[in-house]
Amino acid sequence: MQLTISGLLYQTIQSLLLVLVAPLFLGWVNQCRAWFQNRSGPGLFQPYRNLLKLVNKDAVMAHGASGLFRTTPYVLFACMWLAAGIVPVLATDLPYAPAADVIALVGVFALARVFLALAAMDIGTAFGSLGARREMLVAFLAEPALLMVFFTASLISHSTSLTTIVETLAHREFVVYPSMAFAAVAFLLVFLAENARIPVDNPATHLELTMIHEAMILEYSARHLALIEWAVAIKLTAYTAIGIALFMPWGVIEAGHWEGLPTALGAFVAKLLAAGLGLALLETVSAKMRIFRAPEFLGTAFLLGVLGMLIRFLLES
Amino acid sequence: MGIPVTSQMINILASLMLLIAFAMLSQRRIISLINLFAWQGAVLVASTLIVAGTTGQEHLFYSALITLVLKVILLPWILHRLIRRLNVKWDVETLINIPTTMLAGLLLVIVAFNLALPISEMASTVTRSTLGIAMACVLLSFLMMITRSKAVPQVIGFLSMENGLFFAATSATYGMPMVVELGIALDVLVGTLIFAIFFFQIRQTFDSLDLKHMEKLKE
Repeated sequence: MQLTISGLLYQTIQSLLLVLVAPLFLGWVNQCRAWFQNRSGPGLFQPYRNLLKLVNKDAVMAHGASGLFRTTPYVLFACMWLAAGIVPVLATDLPYAPAADVIALVGVFALARVFLALAAMDIGTAFGSLGARREMLVAFLAEPALLMVFFTASLISHSTSLTTIVETLAHREFVVYPSMAFAAVAFLLVFLAENARIPVDNPATHLELTMIHEAMILEYSARHLALIEWAVAIKLTAYTAIGIALFMPWGVIEAGHWEGLPTALGAFVAKLLAAGLGLALLETVSAKMRIFRAPEFLGTAFLLGVLGMLIRFLLES
Repeated sequence: MGIPVTSQMINILASLMLLIAFAMLSQRRIISLINLFAWQGAVLVASTLIVAGTTGQEHLFYSALITLVLKVILLPWILHRLIRRLNVKWDVETLINIPTTMLAGLLLVIVAFNLALPISEMASTVTRSTLGIAMACVLLSFLMMITRSKAVPQVIGFLSMENGLFFAATSATYGMPMVVELGIALDVLVGTLIFAIFFFQIRQTFDSLDLKHMEKLKE
């Protein structure tokens, strides 16, 4: 793919867009959840206020914290930003996209996770290690399922590059793929597990026995915590964007078109709002599971992913 | 990719059959198991109707009707009554834990798909590609019968295996002759009634529906 000015422009717009919009998306999900639970809610811009508050505070480090602990928030943020730059949100003409295909994308998420888990264990508190172990338990089950989802989409488009996949899926005649339906359900399960949402983990909890993600970042404060929270918001938005790109890619701009930008932007915002609403609804109607049920939950995701792939071979070849 | 709409619908329904078979495999409650069985029957009726409408095979309409009456309404009703009378609404005990069962099921699906590929290449029906799924459903029902220790889930596994066989017949040859289908329907109905009597006998003798007790030959 040759470098074009429109490509560079789209790349810049969408990398900045996802990063800047991420806290707003988190705020939207929280607000929807508050509405569903008959609360008034903190407002859409609360995540930004939180970040601002945290940035203005003085950072406190635990005794014996190594450089790893200090650098992890930056690594985490960089990984999520990289992921946000690869996912085609507005256009498929991204000069940056060949940097990583879907398999490398899964690797980028894994890299961030490994650093976070190591940093959690670095301090040596019981909660940090406990959170890291639980996170790894969830992650090693979620990762193969996510790969299966990507492979199903790759089989349809004969490429592992996310931009090519989206181009193929968005610009074809309308065919219902049963395999993609299986993959969509599997992706939803992985999405909930990887982003520490309710059936697997509760993002709002401060109850030590049940938390996974929160337990790992207990020792962080001020700007480090702000970076981590921001990275988490970007991860949630990037995952949502991947889901949108794979399963409802309509409205994405083809290479070399300028005039489609407002439509693409409008379509993306509408889809993001709908996804946030759906996520909040899902989180309201379901209860958190015991941690020991998580393997079964993610086993189901893996099963559905593999079934999707098999059905692709049997029915659609 | 010029896949016709009816073929797409049949493919979707076939995928649903497979999904329901897996849901049954992973289900812990008997009541949900019966409901899933009824749903499987409903999906079967829908796919039979579509095949009948596309190919103009008149007898398929009748067999869809038989399936509807027997497997969506009558058998689930009998089973519901049965578990109420037997008072066995409790959780199903599995011999192997559920994630392992699911992985075994996945292997069975791969085996079934590979077995079906050469057969469906020779077939000329519109539904030939769903043969693999039908065989997978039969094998998964087998697996369910093997991994459950209680009598009622085993019988449900047997009945759902019949669903899979029926689906296989529809997808390979547009259904069996009417006489055979009527015979099978009657067999299944009578079989279920006899099983019901057996359940009461088993419970009277052993005070439990766990079939482990039947493996002992002497007291």
